[in-house]
Amino acid sequence: MTDERHHFRNFAVLWIVASVIVTPIMIFLIGPGLPPGNGSVEASGQVTDNTVLVAMATPVALLVLCYLGYAIVFFRERNPETVLDGPAIRGDASIQFWWLVVTTTLVLVLAGYGSARLLADGSGGGQGPNPIAIPKAPHGTTVLPVQVIAQQWQFTYRWPTYGGVETRAIELPANTLIRFNVTSLDVIHSFWAYELGVKADANPGVNNVAFVTTKGPLTFHVRCAELCGVWHGYMFGTGTVVPRAQFAAWITQQRAQYAPATKNLPPYSRSYFPQPLRRGG
Amino acid sequence: MSAATKGAIGAIVGALLVCVAIALYVGLYLVNVPGSVAATSTPTGIHLYLATVPAAELSDPHPTWVSYYAVSSSSSNWRHDTTFQVPANSLIHVTIYQYDTATGLRNPFFSQPAGTAGPVTINGKVTQVVDPTSPGHTFAIPQIGLSVPLPGAPANAKNLCANAPCSLSEAHVTVSFAFRSPGPGLYRWQCFVPCAAGFIQGNGGPMQTVGYMGGFIKVV
Amino acid sequence: MTAIAASPPARRTGWRQLMGFNLLTGIILGVVGWFIGYSAIGLHLHGAGIAYYSSESGQNDIAIVLGYIFGVIGFLIGLGFANYPMRRLLGHPPSLAAHESEEEGLFRYFTLSTDHKVVAKQYMIGIGVFFFVGGLNAMLIRTELLQPNTHVFGANQYLTLVGMHGSMMMGIMTSGILGPFANWLVPLMIGSRRFAFPRIEAFTFWLLMAGSVILITTIFFGGFQTGWTGYQPLGAQGTAGYDAYIGFFALVGLSMTLFGFNLIATIVVMRAPGMTWSRLPIFVWATLSTAALMMLAAPMLIAALFMAGMDRTVQTAFFIPGQGGSAYLFQNLFWVFGHPEVYVLALPGFGIVLELLPVFARKPLWGYRLAVSGMLGVAFLSFFVWQHHLFVSGINADLRPFFMLSTELISLPTGFIFLCFMGTLWRGRIRFTVPMLFCMAWAFNFLWGGISGVFNSDVPSDTTTHGSFFVMAHFHYTIMGGLVFAFFAGIYYWVPKMYGVKLNETLGKVHFWIMFIAFNSTFAPLFGLGFLGMPRRVVTYNPSWQGLNDWVSASAYVLGLSMLVFLFNVCWSMLVKREVAEVNPWHSKSAEWQLPTPVPLHDFDRTPIFDEDPYPYGVEPVPAGSATVAPVGGST
Repeated sequence: MTDERHHFRNFAVLWIVASVIVTPIMIFLIGPGLPPGNGSVEASGQVTDNTVLVAMATPVALLVLCYLGYAIVFFRERNPETVLDGPAIRGDASIQFWWLVVTTTLVLVLAGYGSARLLADGSGGGQGPNPIAIPKAPHGTTVLPVQVIAQQWQFTYRWPTYGGVETRAIELPANTLIRFNVTSLDVIHSFWAYELGVKADANPGVNNVAFVTTKGPLTFHVRCAELCGVWHGYMFGTGTVVPRAQFAAWITQQRAQYAPATKNLPPYSRSYFPQPLRRGG
Repeated sequence: MSAATKGAIGAIVGALLVCVAIALYVGLYLVNVPGSVAATSTPTGIHLYLATVPAAELSDPHPTWVSYYAVSSSSSNWRHDTTFQVPANSLIHVTIYQYDTATGLRNPFFSQPAGTAGPVTINGKVTQVVDPTSPGHTFAIPQIGLSVPLPGAPANAKNLCANAPCSLSEAHVTVSFAFRSPGPGLYRWQCFVPCAAGFIQGNGGPMQTVGYMGGFIKVV
Repeated sequence: MTAIAASPPARRTGWRQLMGFNLLTGIILGVVGWFIGYSAIGLHLHGAGIAYYSSESGQNDIAIVLGYIFGVIGFLIGLGFANYPMRRLLGHPPSLAAHESEEEGLFRYFTLSTDHKVVAKQYMIGIGVFFFVGGLNAMLIRTELLQPNTHVFGANQYLTLVGMHGSMMMGIMTSGILGPFANWLVPLMIGSRRFAFPRIEAFTFWLLMAGSVILITTIFFGGFQTGWTGYQPLGAQGTAGYDAYIGFFALVGLSMTLFGFNLIATIVVMRAPGMTWSRLPIFVWATLSTAALMMLAAPMLIAALFMAGMDRTVQTAFFIPGQGGSAYLFQNLFWVFGHPEVYVLALPGFGIVLELLPVFARKPLWGYRLAVSGMLGVAFLSFFVWQHHLFVSGINADLRPFFMLSTELISLPTGFIFLCFMGTLWRGRIRFTVPMLFCMAWAFNFLWGGISGVFNSDVPSDTTTHGSFFVMAHFHYTIMGGLVFAFFAGIYYWVPKMYGVKLNETLGKVHFWIMFIAFNSTFAPLFGLGFLGMPRRVVTYNPSWQGLNDWVSASAYVLGLSMLVFLFNVCWSMLVKREVAEVNPWHSKSAEWQLPTPVPLHDFDRTPIFDEDPYPYGVEPVPAGSATVAPVGGST
């Protein structure tokens, strides 16, 4: 066997064996731990998506890593004093062709799978004012709209189907389709509910819609994910997903508690242009 | 002197210059680390006295900026610090002398005080909610849900305070409330009125600089 | 080619060198210009609105911007950039103006020089200085992040540090490889003696220096709170430090545009006979692709910042919602520049690595055509992917699958580069010198950078990772792990030829290993922090993440230490020990290594004629009668 075929066979074996061993480890051991967890239907979808990405990335990474290792060991110049040339191979049409075919296929498959997952339920991301991927509400429930108002430097929440009351805390009913209408009063923020797998930028004057279908009760962290000024790092809070009855009780209590403030609020709108806009003060 | 020696000396001088430059550079950043003012403990409880002014002291680096100050119960002893130290798990009484005029809330939600232990009194009167166009500032600690609007002094008053320090004889609104401090840690507070005059949307300058319209609560 | 002008005038020596146009007069006139713009003009511009706003805010943005503009103009005049245009206006014939510092000596590095080798070294030192400033900022950032509940710096100071680190690095390193290396190598590699426009070459360098100084002045005006992306309307809100940010990137953008244009003109027009497109060294192809990106993308940045500056000064409302403006407009304009920009950073790294590999593997570059299509493919596709920075920002939802596809497609030409890398190593006789070590590290780092890029390009996955530390780790792996490692490979490789001094091999290996291990130790955990939910640019974080953050900060300090090792190596080898390098220590067959050290002022005595492929390595029969590069006085 020539040198060429010898190395090719050895390397191919190394790579295939490594892939066969490591890829299942990545899928089954690392996969379940991938973000953002299973707090919502969309989050679970993201975990599956991430697992698929890991599964496809592992052989690719192993190819390059094994090759680098193989080259360091087997193609090293043993005698540092000599400067002898290797074989003058300028290319190989067949390898180039198959590389192109395989990588293109991989990319198209990934893009197709990602699009399918994205279009199925929006994957918790902000879709702008005209969302195209709208998940189906769980049987027997209707969608719950929640407006997330981002301002420098706190998130507040407004409930259009509950009298337009505004609250500073967020509780969501379990097993419900939630429609977040995210907007901002001043600069660009980003509403990131990590465990729910939701992230939608809050743009001033724009309604950015994101969907999430909650599952069981949990506590989730809300953080601002777009630099919005000096207290960006402190723009965080927590929210909870609670049983539907508990949510009903909570929102009633909030309406009562904030009734005076609700009278002062402008009518509910998908976006606001509050004063001062120019140089206020 | 050989070239090597010249080179060595040049390298050492260069290294010293670089160290000096680095020290200067880092120093420029460190000068603005805020100090801290402790709430005073009196027989009647733990008190924190603050004041808000339309313009800081004339000797301040930013004499035209609105600012919070820490003061004493008689609105004297003005300290330009916005890090306040309070004991943990205690009832903290806060009195704010508001010397600035009204700007109005960007989000009228903050017109209703929240997170206080007990009622909020404005000029002695218990108040449940204020007119959203009336606040000049607010005092809010979002991490514990505290938010208190501070109505502005009447714009047509004759004795409005121009620059810090101000005295009680000048036009002001007194707001008093109490809140329960949480466990030990570092929390931040801010004003929620876009009161930074001269800046687009009123949220630049003093609103974005620690030491003016925002700071820290050190709970010990 | 135009004739070189007749005999240069007599050289001035000693302090008399300071009379004339140089950096000192540039600084003096720059300061004078600042005062003209700021005090004489700016402070006296009074509209009723402007007077009210600046008296309330305590800052006068118009005055500051005018100060910067006049300061830069004064700086450039003081350096002598107006001299040639004035001479032409007064009727003198065109010339390369021999009096513009063609002498030997250290002094010419502080002047306007039309020698491309001098400009390259100016770039190397200038970029080096500001690279270390940016790195210092990074050390300070990591110091702040050691503890979530104790703050070393004020919260707004911290954001300025973050913004300065990002801006300094992104602005400086765009010319990081092209500046020192393309300026030095491209004329030699294509057989030209100079660039098409030597004065523009010098101009791009001094613009970059003026811009960097302007960026540092942001500290005196309150800093800026937007990070390097400068989003509006947050930027419009801010203190006057943001004007320094605008000034810096406007000058960087101008420098990039002109540099790209100069490179394209040179490579297209000034190749020596026989240097056909298929014989062009891969480094020149990388430079050409990068130049196209620089020339086309940088003007978008200048436009966006110009509008942002107008919003702040003369009260337009391009980006102020509620007054008819749009925050989206800035994001899109910025990223139309921003995405090609990151390929401006990546492509030269590809070029250096593929250029060095044949020398150290002793084989021709594998898949030359494939590598070229990879470079051009990356450059072309980079214009069609920018909205992947905006996946969750509320862009039209129909666009998201398209940009996911286009972004994932970019991994194809990048894959070609990896294939060529691997193919060149195949059955080679690899010598692991210090430059080669950096090239291997490039492959390792860019692998992780590229794969994490695929995660980011996948929209469902991006929902969690956008705006988190995962993205930070991704771009640090590609930019620092890719570009900066390639940058050091280039330094260790070409310094013997550029300066005639060899850098100490042992110190180089110590530098490499500390840097490589510390780099991975610093940035790999950031992938984890991003997955755990830590957003970017935050001054505080969940206390349970403190352990990871402390590990990262400690590793960052070690990474900084490795840079000190490098600096020590430079000072030791180049200033103290000064061991003369051989003419061709790496036994390279590339054109620049066939010249003597130091390379003569006019590069070649006679124009070279190329008739061989650029990588004539490898054991194969050489056809009788073919000449190598025309002899120019150096030994092979």
